[in-house]
Amino acid sequence: MTLVSGWGRFPVVDSDVLRPRSFAAVGEAISAGTVARGNGRAYGDAAIGAARTVAMTGFDRVRWFDPATGRIRLEAGVLLSDLIETFGPRGFLPFVVPGTRFVSIGGAIAADVHGKNHHCEGGFGRYVESILLRTGQGEVIEASREQNSDAFFATIGGMGLTGIILEATMRLRPAKTGWIRERVISASDLDAAMRALDASDSATYSVAWIDCVARGKDLGRALIYLGEHAGKDELAAGAAAFPIGKDPGLRVPVDLPSMTLNRISIRAFNELYYRMGARRTGGSQVVSLYPYFFPLDSLKDWNRIYGKRGFLQHQCVIPEQGARAVLGDILERVARRGDASFLAVLKKLGQGDGILSFPLPGYTLALDFPLRGDILNFLDEIDRLVVAAGGRLYLAKDARQSRATFAAGYPALQRFNAIRKSLDPAGTIRSKLSQRLFDEV
Amino acid sequence: MTSRKSVLVLGGSSDIGRAAARAFAKAGYDVGLAGRDVAVLEPDAADLRARYNIEVGLYRFDVLDTASFESFVGGLPALPDVVVSIVGLLGVQEKAESDLAHATMIMRSNYEGPSLILGLFAEKFLGRGNGTIVGVSSVAGDRGRASNYVYGSAKAGFSAFLSGLRARASRGGVHVVTVKPGFVRTKMTEGMKLIAPLTVEAPVVGDAILQAVESKTDVVYVSGKWRLVMLIIKTLPEAVFKKLKF
Repeated sequence: MTLVSGWGRFPVVDSDVLRPRSFAAVGEAISAGTVARGNGRAYGDAAIGAARTVAMTGFDRVRWFDPATGRIRLEAGVLLSDLIETFGPRGFLPFVVPGTRFVSIGGAIAADVHGKNHHCEGGFGRYVESILLRTGQGEVIEASREQNSDAFFATIGGMGLTGIILEATMRLRPAKTGWIRERVISASDLDAAMRALDASDSATYSVAWIDCVARGKDLGRALIYLGEHAGKDELAAGAAAFPIGKDPGLRVPVDLPSMTLNRISIRAFNELYYRMGARRTGGSQVVSLYPYFFPLDSLKDWNRIYGKRGFLQHQCVIPEQGARAVLGDILERVARRGDASFLAVLKKLGQGDGILSFPLPGYTLALDFPLRGDILNFLDEIDRLVVAAGGRLYLAKDARQSRATFAAGYPALQRFNAIRKSLDPAGTIRSKLSQRLFDEV
Repeated sequence: MTSRKSVLVLGGSSDIGRAAARAFAKAGYDVGLAGRDVAVLEPDAADLRARYNIEVGLYRFDVLDTASFESFVGGLPALPDVVVSIVGLLGVQEKAESDLAHATMIMRSNYEGPSLILGLFAEKFLGRGNGTIVGVSSVAGDRGRASNYVYGSAKAGFSAFLSGLRARASRGGVHVVTVKPGFVRTKMTEGMKLIAPLTVEAPVVGDAILQAVESKTDVVYVSGKWRLVMLIIKTLPEAVFKKLKF
């Protein structure tokens, strides 16, 4: 057995880790309590098998690519970073990227990851045409919107619980450059931030950074980052059409003492960040896709900032109706605590595509908290507000929500479970997350 | 006929072989992949074609079948600009201590076969007046250790062969690179306890091989730390060394 954890480094649990070299070996590796793992960027326990974890990053081949249409067939272990670096210079980018480029295709499908364009372009799954799936029952099936469609829509956002994704066919976005024309708007409070996001519905990319320690009249003050793909004529003279994604130069060398993140340091950072951002408002600037989409990737092993005990991310989505009051309440409580991270993110989401996909039309708020003190109780308190508002939590980031919170947030759960059962009557595919939230006790 | 440069990777289905092929393909080389089982190489060939829009050829090559070497080289459609040998076999030291067949296979896979085939390419390259030869050897060849001296001695022989070949071939316009990767996370080392700060992933080795070819480096320790580690290990007096547990 090996000790395994997700990106948040909580929980740390035992699971047998296998690294098969062929699809036949993947099939042989599946036994009771198995789930697939991509690059380990899920925060909690989603990619840890109840008993056995099958590592998929070795499957990193491109099967075929059609340069005329941008359609591509890939093995599930290909990383988004690889896809961007290889096909960007050939004029194609993924339609949807999350906040890190170090996720695998299989993981991106299983979590139906969303990006800064979900409000207008949907999630990762929308651009997946078909999936080669190894089910718990031992079959290898091709699933698409037309063929095995129940399995298809259960696999998108299904957290790996329908089986092991082996390959996928997807569409890439034609892109003339790897640069983004960015516009920054500053918002002095939550109302202004939400208004600015509402007014930016037509922007391809939009996201707000929220100062989650600001209180009183500053509560919810934010910087809103809007983005559009830049054309070649917008680039500085001599700039390459596709910037190089450098390996993270900076890295966090050791686990920082958990005192590093405290009220004072976060407050100081946020004040500085807000002021620097506010200075960039007004015009627009053309920035590389890397800092625009993946600001944290430039700091390798940034999860170590939170110390050895790890951290929790709390990402909820609140339906549009009544979102203002609930978000205000959550932010007020978070600001009062003062120990949430300096990276609180607010953005608008549209309708999700998979049966269990996280997005629903509304606002999503993501907060990081170091794991200490009474944080688990505090997050339970926040969950009650989320549930009362008809919201839900993002499974790819969750490590601690209760079954009741989960069931309340995902009304399609029964339908998902029925499909899961038909693909895997013996209940072979199980993760620590599914044991915690889904499986019959 | 393309004007692109070409590389032939012997041991193309290994993790380092795949990584090297990708590194060269990305840099615009056409690629030949050679291995015992051509069918195993097909998915990697498809991957390289899809990613980089280059020509990829597949060839059957068995490093133990030295009798086939001349026809293998003669049967290639064209002589490549660069040939890289990644072929090797770690084997099991304990088994090799009493099992002569196993020891023989380790020695032949790491020394005899790679040396003979690269020697053959060297002759062809010298005849043409240019070319680059890359041998992936090992830090294990720098000094024999109790825990893997059968493998290490074969790698030592291979390193010495490459060193001599370099001295001779350089006068004829042919460059020889010796690569000593240190610990690499591959299927060969799966399940072994590797020292994390001294361990690299296969793509790092692939990039280092390309870099060494382009910059005409002679001997590459993929992680610079290994050069220091091996310098220390090489300079320990034998009386001390034999008492150490490696």
